[in-house]
Amino acid sequence: MEVAIIGIGLHRFGRSPDMSGLQQGAAAVRAALADAGLSWKDMQFAYGGSQDAGNADSLVNELGLTSLQFTNIWNGCATGGSSLHAAYSAIKSGQYDLGVVVGFDKHPRGAFNPQPADWGLDDWYGETGLMLTTQFFAMKIQRYMHDHGISEDALVRVSEKAFANGSLTPTAWRQQPLSYADIANSAMVSDPLRKYMFCSPAEGGAALILCNADKARQFTRKPLLLKAAAVRTRHYGSFEVFAPSQAMHVADAPTVTASRMAFELAGIGPEDVDVMQLQDTDSGTEIIHMAENGFCEHGEQEQLLRDGATQIGGRMPVNTDGGCLANGEPVGASGLRQVYEVCVQLRGEGGARQVPNDPAVGYTHVYGAPGVSGVNIITR
Amino acid sequence: MSEQIPIHKGLFTWPSSRPQLLGSRCKQCGETAFPAQVDCRSCSGRDTEVVELGDRGTLWTWTIQTFMPKQPYHSDETEASFRPYGVGYVEMPGGVRVEARLEPSTREQLAIGMPMQLNIVPFRTDASGNQIMTFSFSAVEEDQAWK
Repeated sequence: MEVAIIGIGLHRFGRSPDMSGLQQGAAAVRAALADAGLSWKDMQFAYGGSQDAGNADSLVNELGLTSLQFTNIWNGCATGGSSLHAAYSAIKSGQYDLGVVVGFDKHPRGAFNPQPADWGLDDWYGETGLMLTTQFFAMKIQRYMHDHGISEDALVRVSEKAFANGSLTPTAWRQQPLSYADIANSAMVSDPLRKYMFCSPAEGGAALILCNADKARQFTRKPLLLKAAAVRTRHYGSFEVFAPSQAMHVADAPTVTASRMAFELAGIGPEDVDVMQLQDTDSGTEIIHMAENGFCEHGEQEQLLRDGATQIGGRMPVNTDGGCLANGEPVGASGLRQVYEVCVQLRGEGGARQVPNDPAVGYTHVYGAPGVSGVNIITR
Repeated sequence: MSEQIPIHKGLFTWPSSRPQLLGSRCKQCGETAFPAQVDCRSCSGRDTEVVELGDRGTLWTWTIQTFMPKQPYHSDETEASFRPYGVGYVEMPGGVRVEARLEPSTREQLAIGMPMQLNIVPFRTDASGNQIMTFSFSAVEEDQAWK
C-alpha cells in the first residue's frame, strides 16, 4: 500500500502582522482541505509543529473540536519532515486512511538565540558567543571550500538564483531579484557568508492532506505518491552545529544517511529526480547539500552553478520557489513548504516558475540542529 | 579583593603557568571529547578519563562573528563597544578539534592550517569585581613557533 498527497495548502511566508502563527497554520490547513475538496471533520488524524508559535494541537480551537488524534511534533528544522514521516507511517500501518500534517511559525526578528541547556550544553558555551547557527554554517562552508575548491563565486550564484526564483513565486517573501553585484558586495556577516547569502527567521504556514493511495482517486484525479519519508540523526564524527568539539575523523552527515535511505525506499536514484528542494538556510549549505544528497560529487558544484544546471530550466532544478533564502524560515513550516512546492511542480501548476518537460519525480531535504535530516521523495 | 575565576569548572587547568585545555578520552575506543564527559559518544562506553589536550594546535576552520549575539551571550560589551571576534575549530594534539574564540578577527589574519596558541583570558567582570576567565586562541608568533 502506498501513501498519496491529495491536498496542499500554504499561508504565504514573510510577515503577517495581523495574524498569530497559529492562525497562519489554520489558514494553511483550510487551503489544503479546499484543494482536496474535503472538510476538517473528514480528518482522522493530524501531526503538526511549531517552534515559537504555540502547540499545534491548539489548532482544533480554530478548525473545530472533532476528537481526532492530534500529535504535536517538534524536531528543530526537521519538524515538517518528522510530521510527514509520522503521517506516512500512520497510513502505512493501516491504522488510518486520511489525515493532515501542518507546520507554522512566527519568529521575532533577528538571528535565533537558542539556549545551551535545551541542547545538553553548559551555559559557558552560549555566554562566550559560540552558539550561533550562522557561525556553524560559515565554518562548515569555509572548510568545504578549502577541501573541494569551491569559490565565493558559487556562493553568489546560489543567492542570485534564489532571489530570481523568488521573484517568480507569488507566495515568496522576497520577490525582488538581486544582481550578482548586490549579493557579492553585501555586508559580510560571518565570513565567507554575506548578508544576502543567509535566510532570515520569518512567519508562515504549510499543510498537506495525506491519504491511503488505494482510496485517493475518490478525492482527486491527480494524486501524488509519497514514495519515501526518512528522518535520520547524526553519526559520531559528522560536523554539526552546537558542537563544542569535533572528532578528528569526519563522518558522513545525517543528510547522506537520510538520502540513501529515502532512495532505497523509493527504489530510484538521484539521476531519476526532476525537481528538488535542498535546505538552503544559507547559500553554502545548498552547495554542500547538492553533494550530500547524491546529486553531484563534492567539488562539481562550482561548474554546475556556472552552467546554470540548478536553475529552473537547468538539468537539476534546485529550490524553484526561491527556497529558504527567498521565503525565509518559519522553522515549523519550512520543511512542508518544500513539499508543497515540489507538489506544485509535479502537478504542472508552477506558472512562471514551472520546470519544463513535465517533471515526474520530486525530492525534498531539510537539515537542522543539532544534526538531523529529513528527506522525502514524491512522484506523479 | 578581586579574583580570576574560570567561566566553568574543568575546561582548562587554572591557575597554571602553562594552562592546558582539558577533555576526556574513552578507555575503550580511545576517542577524545571536549569538554570532558563521562559517557563516550563514539562507542557508548562509560569508562572515560580526563586528559590534557595541549596548548597548541592548528586552525581547521574559522569565521568571524561581526554582530553582537543576543542573550545567552553574556559579556561586558554594549552594542557600541562590541568588537567582532574570530571563531574556529582548532585541531589539538590531544586528538580532537575544539571550538573556540580566536583573537585574530579579520580575514587577512586567519587561514586554515595556521598554528594557534591557547590563552586564558578575562571575558567579563562579575558583580563582585572578579574577572571571569575563558579560553581563546591566538596566532603563534614567528619566534615562538620553534620553542
